[in-house]
Amino acid sequence: MALFGFAAAGAVTILAVVLIVLVLVVYLVAIIVQLRKITAGLGEILNGVSEIADKSVPVNSVVKTINQHLDAGVDLLEGLLVKKAGMQDAIGLVDGLYPGSGAAGFRKFPASATTKAPRIGEVYTRGALTLARLGREAPIAAGSPSGPALRDAAYGSAASAKLYTDGRQSRPGSMPKSPVVGTDAPVQYEQREDIGAPRKNSPDRPAAPETMEK
Amino acid sequence: MILWWLGDVILLVVVLPIVIYLLSGVLRAAKGIPATVDGISSVAAAGSRDLNAVPLLLTTQDQVIKTVAGVANYGSSLDVILDDA
Repeated sequence: MALFGFAAAGAVTILAVVLIVLVLVVYLVAIIVQLRKITAGLGEILNGVSEIADKSVPVNSVVKTINQHLDAGVDLLEGLLVKKAGMQDAIGLVDGLYPGSGAAGFRKFPASATTKAPRIGEVYTRGALTLARLGREAPIAAGSPSGPALRDAAYGSAASAKLYTDGRQSRPGSMPKSPVVGTDAPVQYEQREDIGAPRKNSPDRPAAPETMEK
Repeated sequence: MILWWLGDVILLVVVLPIVIYLLSGVLRAAKGIPATVDGISSVAAAGSRDLNAVPLLLTTQDQVIKTVAGVANYGSSLDVILDDA
């Protein structure tokens, strides 16, 4: 009886151990399968990230070059605007086009940050207005990709005169007036001296010989 | 003898459930990882596709250089045409 008891206890122990090992095997195999899936997925991720890294290699240098050229263009335009319109009008023009940006000033001109932007009506002075409108109206813009120049290069002065609202007569103060033409005009042009004067020769009287008159 | 039986009972009632519980937890966590990995993989692929336009940056760079050169020429001409302030 005791021997049977020992044998039974041993059998149960073996059964328990076998069960535990079976459970371990089943779960560990399942975990291994999952880990293999994870490894495959990580491989795909690595490929994708490698592609991203490869494709983004030139971005830094290209963007840096683009920024350098854009900075040069901005510096050029700012310098030209300040040179042609003056610092105060340039700030006012920029502030008029992009409200609030005048406070930031120009990058190449630190003093521009402290320049007070004038009102928009004061900005559009002769120089600034000319600069602002010399877009497609400039003769040099004839080759512009946006179209031919609006201003006729042959009559450029007439086109530029339209830019100024104060008119032509204000500077100089008085221009000579245009002549009055017609029969009632005080001054008759191409006046013939013989009109209104007595005729030298009458049609019903023969002309006196010159020797007799003398 | 009694201790042996007691050991068997503990083995079957305590140790085996604990082993099953712990392994099932590990398996559940392991099964959750592939879904996340697939999500990351799809995002990485999408990111890679988004960068397909990067070579166009070279075209943009050329265009910017040409445009700035045109602006420089135009500005120098304006400098000649217009009087200084």
